[in-house]
Amino acid sequence: MKEINVSEIIPVVRKLCIDTNYYASEDVVIKIKEFLEKEVSPTGRDILQLILENHKMAAEELMPMCQDTGVAVVFVELGQDVHLVGGDFYEAINEGVRQGYVDGYLRKSIVEDPVIERKNTRDNTPAIIYTDIVPGDSLKITVAAKGGGAENMSEVKMMKAADGIEGVKDFVVDRIKRSGGNPCPPVVVGVGIGGSFEQCALLAKKSLLRPITEKNPDPVWAAVEEEILERINKLGIGPQGLGGRTTALAVSILQMPCHIASMPVAVNVNCHCHRHESVVIE
Amino acid sequence: MANEIHLRTPLKTEDLEKLKVGDKVLLTGKVYTARDAAHKRLVELVEAGKQLPFDIEGAAIYFVGPSPARPGKPIGSAGPTTSYRMDPYSPALLDVGLKAMIGKGPRGPKVIDSMVKNKAVYLASIGGAAVVTAQSVKSCKIIAYEDLGAEAIRELEVEEFPAFVANDTKGNDIFQLGVEKYRR
Ligand code: SF4
Repeated sequence: MKEINVSEIIPVVRKLCIDTNYYASEDVVIKIKEFLEKEVSPTGRDILQLILENHKMAAEELMPMCQDTGVAVVFVELGQDVHLVGGDFYEAINEGVRQGYVDGYLRKSIVEDPVIERKNTRDNTPAIIYTDIVPGDSLKITVAAKGGGAENMSEVKMMKAADGIEGVKDFVVDRIKRSGGNPCPPVVVGVGIGGSFEQCALLAKKSLLRPITEKNPDPVWAAVEEEILERINKLGIGPQGLGGRTTALAVSILQMPCHIASMPVAVNVNCHCHRHESVVIE
Repeated sequence: MANEIHLRTPLKTEDLEKLKVGDKVLLTGKVYTARDAAHKRLVELVEAGKQLPFDIEGAAIYFVGPSPARPGKPIGSAGPTTSYRMDPYSPALLDVGLKAMIGKGPRGPKVIDSMVKNKAVYLASIGGAAVVTAQSVKSCKIIAYEDLGAEAIRELEVEEFPAFVANDTKGNDIFQLGVEKYRR
């Protein structure tokens, strides 16, 4: 049994929150450059160039790439041989988020009551935390900063088995079409299929963690991803919705078994900031 | 490269009438920030016939809630927020002299009609390129609704703030025209 003191987690989460907001990830930079070469719209090219320039400036100025520094979504993979000691694990994660958002000059975008008062909590907590228990004795923490503009374009649909794979493709493409310029295209499209109503939404969010330079390991699903991506990039929405061929940088699908009567499908839209960072504590 | 046009606030109708969707503009002068909560209060003032906290004649409003500024900097990252949330409020402000709105994403038909009627424009700035846009902000001061935090109204002094004409004074909409042009 390995012991990890929860106080060790605070600075780790703090740094993850800051780094993911300041530094563009390599896979995103590669993909944007790739699409920039193919973009035929002059405005579209202009915008993609500004996004790349923004990555550099954010890193130099130590400023977040976007002012919406998101809600902190924290994915934990906790080895079953780890014993967490020294206090409340979730409170330690929230303390890390608090310190990261306050010390890193990140925007605080969380309201306490979602409807009535909508009063800002002023430190961006609480984080949204998902924990998976996995074999082994390490602890992996991933922080994803999820902006509101893209999250608001997401949707869950309880589809019928008869809708088939074509139905799934149509739903995903249509969801992006209806989103237009709102989620700050170019976007990354996360898709979760199967499970249950809530599980497919979580799958969609988790699918966004795969590096966008990597294909789906299953060739059948890789082909589906590629076809959906191609169809999305024919919609004409383009960077920021002002017209062009670069509407999505990647489509990422995760699927799992489900009930014979169901076929839940979720689309979780992410913007080009596509912010997430992980650390393994051993 | 798209056409680059320099604009200065307060905006004049004749300058705006020359703009076409897709033009790149570089905006200089005073710009006021406001998001949902501030818009609600502004429209309440207009409806009550009261004075607004800034001169709206020829003004530009930027839909933004910036991140906190580092010490010594005028502002933190400052890219646009999604504009459709301001749609219910914008026509009332256009009717009293607002000339330009800056944000991201398309506007509804009522706002577009109101822009035609009032000879005003909507400019799209680049969501997620918030450090680039922040560089054009030279000063920033809160002038109203400090209680709203990131959503308070700020008076920005901007220099060559980059944006694209998304709706011109003739009712053209780049979110439709651009998509039609590049759809396959
Ligand atoms: S969708 Fe992304 S890029 Fe656009 S404002 Fe939100 S966080 Fe920023």
